[in-house]
Amino acid sequence: MQYLVSVIDDKSNPGSTDRRPAISAFNERLIAEGYWVFAGGLADTDAATVIDNRGEQAVFSDGPFVESKEYLAGVWVWEAPDLDVALKLAAEASKVCDRKVEVRPFR
Amino acid sequence: MSDVEEAITRAHHEEWARVVAAVTRRFGDLDIAEEAAAEAFATAVERWPADGVPPNPGAWLTTTANRKAIDRIRRENKRDDKHKEAQMVYEADPPEPVGAIDDDRLRLIFTCCHPALAMETRVALTLRMVGGLTVPEIARAFLVAESAMGQRITRAKAKIKAARIPYRVPAAEDLPARLTGVLAVLYLAFNEGYLATGPDTDPVRQDLTAEAIRLTRLIRALLPQDGEVAGLLALMLLTEARRPARISVSGELVALDEQDRGAWDTGLIAEGHRLVRERLAAAAAGVALGRYQILAAINAVHTSARDIRDTDWSQVLALYDQLIRLDTSPIIALNRAIAVAELDGPEAALAIVDRLAEALAGYHAYHATRADLLRRLGQSQQSRAAYDRAIDLAGNTGETAYLTRRRDQLQ
Repeated sequence: MQYLVSVIDDKSNPGSTDRRPAISAFNERLIAEGYWVFAGGLADTDAATVIDNRGEQAVFSDGPFVESKEYLAGVWVWEAPDLDVALKLAAEASKVCDRKVEVRPFR
Repeated sequence: MSDVEEAITRAHHEEWARVVAAVTRRFGDLDIAEEAAAEAFATAVERWPADGVPPNPGAWLTTTANRKAIDRIRRENKRDDKHKEAQMVYEADPPEPVGAIDDDRLRLIFTCCHPALAMETRVALTLRMVGGLTVPEIARAFLVAESAMGQRITRAKAKIKAARIPYRVPAAEDLPARLTGVLAVLYLAFNEGYLATGPDTDPVRQDLTAEAIRLTRLIRALLPQDGEVAGLLALMLLTEARRPARISVSGELVALDEQDRGAWDTGLIAEGHRLVRERLAAAAAGVALGRYQILAAINAVHTSARDIRDTDWSQVLALYDQLIRLDTSPIIALNRAIAVAELDGPEAALAIVDRLAEALAGYHAYHATRADLLRRLGQSQQSRAAYDRAIDLAGNTGETAYLTRRRDQLQ
């Protein structure tokens, strides 16, 4: 089963900034152990644009779809046999990137 | 009640979790398992009066529930492959060895108490799936509308399915962490029964305390080496033992110092004391005691005293001192202050209690304890105000009646 692991950043309580070496090492392990599907960090929410083309013409608006002190900073996609495995990895992931993470299964 | 009705009631009590667990293992779906178990019991109600009670009711109910589950999957999935799959799973499974059945129930408890579910959902789901309580019963216990509780349980089952929460007892290394949650769920369920909330609720919900004890006994049987399991069971037994003396005929809560100790259940006390002695022996051999074991030991001191005046308060205080190092909760500090009052007087206790004002402002027992200490210090006016606040916050009918009487006795 595949899980989306969202890295949650927090404007009022940010984690430490340079976690890249630790995250790279963790990613190597995910690959070696067969959990890795995909991962990527996201640019700041200032760079986001929301598009709504459900009406007559597309409306482009500046900024993320929701303004909050917490925002999505990056994602992993993992392949794991069940939630317990995903949660155990997620607990490590949160420590490694020094941020909260959310685990959600793909349908 | 006829013999058959009694057999059905007993089977529901003893076999419900086993049936749900067995069907869940086979079909991997709590919804189907629950429906099938309910249908199997309904069939028993129809058939047993005519056919007689089967020699092994649990096996009969499990077999019937498995058939019902297959029927349901057939009805719901016309698609051939699903249907075939279900049948294959069913037919390929050999008859279950008796030993594995209990592990099945434990698996069910751990699934319902998975850390990915909110604590209150874990309690509700455990009472429903493992305890066999109805949704209206659980809703009453938690003072929420039946529809809201139904939704909460439905959502929890959906999350278990969608997030693929495994149906298993966690691996040995995860067990301590997961067991903590399971014990917390059972303790919450017990406490809700022992001090039930709600203006229309009986002050004690014996169904809930009995169910919590039954489930804890089950875990004790499966994990006999775990000290905290033994401690929680002892704590529940020693608390439950006092229940017959705890509510007056008029429905008022009777405080420990006014209880008729002759009404306490000596059988439960003996069993609780045995468990506490076992844990104290382990402690003497160097094992660190957890919070349930210490709480049980405190209750053992109380239940050892023939009269409130015989209570070994210095022992109680020593245990609270030990507990407070493990659990810094202000509620523990409040309870410790009650022992301090007995040993060093109400003034010393009040000084401790007043320091908890901020943390416990919304907790009825804080105001009730303060009211009692102020009463003993002769500060009637302040005591009355504290009783008023406690009465406002207390959710238990027996407790409200008790606090009101104490307030009205003030000069």
